[in-house]
Amino acid sequence: MNDIVFRLAGIDPGSHLAEVVAKRADIFELTEKTHDAALTPAEPGGLSHGLRAAIACRIARLNGDQAFVDHFEGLLDGARASSDERKLSDIGFKGSDDRSRSLIRHADMVAANPRAATGADIEALRQAGVAEPDIVRLSELVAFVSYQIRVVAGLRLMRHSA
Amino acid sequence: MTQIVEEFTTVVPHWKPHVTPVDLDQATPAQLEALQVTPSNRKISDYVLVLAHDVETLKHRSPLFNAIMYNRGGMSRAEREIGAVGASIVNRCIYCAAVHAGRYNQLTKDETAIAKIFADGVDADIGARLSAILRFAVKLSACPPAADANDLATLKDAGLNDEEILDLILSSSLFGWANRLMHTLGEPVAE
Repeated sequence: MNDIVFRLAGIDPGSHLAEVVAKRADIFELTEKTHDAALTPAEPGGLSHGLRAAIACRIARLNGDQAFVDHFEGLLDGARASSDERKLSDIGFKGSDDRSRSLIRHADMVAANPRAATGADIEALRQAGVAEPDIVRLSELVAFVSYQIRVVAGLRLMRHSA
Repeated sequence: MTQIVEEFTTVVPHWKPHVTPVDLDQATPAQLEALQVTPSNRKISDYVLVLAHDVETLKHRSPLFNAIMYNRGGMSRAEREIGAVGASIVNRCIYCAAVHAGRYNQLTKDETAIAKIFADGVDADIGARLSAILRFAVKLSACPPAADANDLATLKDAGLNDEEILDLILSSSLFGWANRLMHTLGEPVAE
């Protein structure tokens, strides 16, 4: 029950909900592994662990989820993020150069309004100098965090209805 | 001539990537392992070859996807597809909606529910149980997530047990993830 999802959903060991989720233990293990792969990968490419934690924090704020904000702030501290990287965790900050502006713009759209995405958005990242592997890494990070936040939101509803 | 598909359909379009897919002949050993490429299996979709740019998440993606959509027990496979369709409608992922609406139709041998969902969205007249499932998936997919205690109570009133509700949460959340890749890293085209 040390899993991020169970902790942030507030699932008590020994509760009925703990028994229900235990039947899907393989799914929660893979979710935890993907969290680590998206937030603290062995080969982060052009997106440092600090930058990833800051973007994840931003996505948690866009989703209005304080428990996830706190979790990703913990990762920001753990990654010893630079002050420039930390700025990205603030949803009022829109970037200070072409690269940070384009990363922020894209992360916000993919998190909050993915239906609006077009090929021009990927082209804008490329124009700002974001390498193709980093475009995919950014997309996976935002998409995975959006998934994890929804799983926890659903589990909280189940906990409160028990 | 290709044209972007903008309306929901069960005819699966072609997916055209905006990012260059990884070239199998130049893939790293880690990429080949995550792609599960073997001499007899070199047919990998462009979508997965695009995701191979981020090999560490790709490694877990397929087993996680299969576990959520196909694991034994809990919600029926067909109803899990409605979780996927609900998310795909919110995020307007035409490609995902087509694939998973098609799977629902195949599994149930009934095309009327999907036709009504594509026409009327969450207000579709598809019976209390399916309607509760669709509405929950759609509301959980909003940003911020908007599903509430009433939506959960409606699922229980419609006869879903806790195992089924958990599988619905997982399948609609999973498609929040898949839609955010499929719909942003490429586009559906008719040829």
